[in-house]
Amino acid sequence: MDPELPFLTITELGMVRGCEFDENDTAVILLTPTYSGCPATDAIQDDIRDAVSEFESNFRVKLVHSPAWTTDWINDAAREKMRQHGIAPPDGNSADKAFLLGKERHISCPRCRSAETKMISAFGSTACKAHFQCESCLEPFDHFKCI
Amino acid sequence: MESHEHTGLLRLGDDALILAQRLGEWCGHGPALEEDIALSNIALDLLGQARAFLTLAAEREGKGRDEDSLAYFRTDREFTNALLVELPNGDFGDTIMRQCLFDQFALLRYTALSAQSIDMEVAAIAAKAVKEVRYHAEHSAQWVIRLGDGTEESHQRIQNSLDRLWPYTAEFFIEDAVSESLAAIGLMPLLQDLQGPWQEAMNRILEEATLVAPEKSGTQSGGRSGLHTEHLSFLLAEMQVLPRTYPGAQW
Repeated sequence: MDPELPFLTITELGMVRGCEFDENDTAVILLTPTYSGCPATDAIQDDIRDAVSEFESNFRVKLVHSPAWTTDWINDAAREKMRQHGIAPPDGNSADKAFLLGKERHISCPRCRSAETKMISAFGSTACKAHFQCESCLEPFDHFKCI
Repeated sequence: MESHEHTGLLRLGDDALILAQRLGEWCGHGPALEEDIALSNIALDLLGQARAFLTLAAEREGKGRDEDSLAYFRTDREFTNALLVELPNGDFGDTIMRQCLFDQFALLRYTALSAQSIDMEVAAIAAKAVKEVRYHAEHSAQWVIRLGDGTEESHQRIQNSLDRLWPYTAEFFIEDAVSESLAAIGLMPLLQDLQGPWQEAMNRILEEATLVAPEKSGTQSGGRSGLHTEHLSFLLAEMQVLPRTYPGAQW
């Protein structure tokens, strides 16, 4: 589970990249962090160790930086869960031309689905989110940024 | 004598670490809640980048040091950050202009590293950082434009910030034995190659902000070889006091 998004698992977020055995027959769990400075990364590693050590002692967690994590890896089920929890999921893919060209993207409100929303701040409650407000229902909401 | 590779990685890590520490000073003091959160978020991204580069520098060095020993147990003369990032925050305009000048440089440097570095780990950290810095660069540029093209007072104040900080930007692109040898082996880009694109990017932002870069200004440098302003020592004193007072402390 992600400690900041406790309704999502780290596999749904695409953070677990796989599991392999090294030359010493130790299981290696490959984990890719979302943001470089995300404080949840340490907590997630601890949680993995706690969970896995219940049935296996010969393992380690390895951080893998390449390829870099992208919101494209978040699966559809997770995107729907974000909506249900009032977070607008990342739209489209990370190569979003509108953003690269400096245009504002249209993020629909997770509450009323209105497309009339505005960005309050590109930096929200956690490193991965931006702060938006719906102009139809006035609900303030988080948007999971596209990276 | 440190290896060139070690010094090159320290420079990347130190730029991010020292600017993260400076931006962290805004936490709880931002001019508006959104801006307070934004500056803290940017600081957090930079801290993450610093940790990745300092960890790599320590691993490659192989002397038993780690990210913490590099951050907390080096003296001012051993830090290799550019002088710009250690300067005091000043007012919000000074902070955001410093950020804009640095973000545009960082974006070009990380983009070049991710595309060209022969070192896969360096390229991977840079590729991650590009995605983050793109948001920072957009944010700081929008503020510079808003303040420059804003009221008479905001225009004058951000122009003053630009005039004060501009002399520190030439240091980004000064080559020395370290940068030249790292460029020669394809580990890091030639800094001079980034200067033209940086100038063009800044010109576009400043033009829209109705600001003018000083035509003649001196050059302030020395950070890459450990010759810093007096401001860095005070910053380090605050950053390092806890681990130096209680080495190995955990909570």
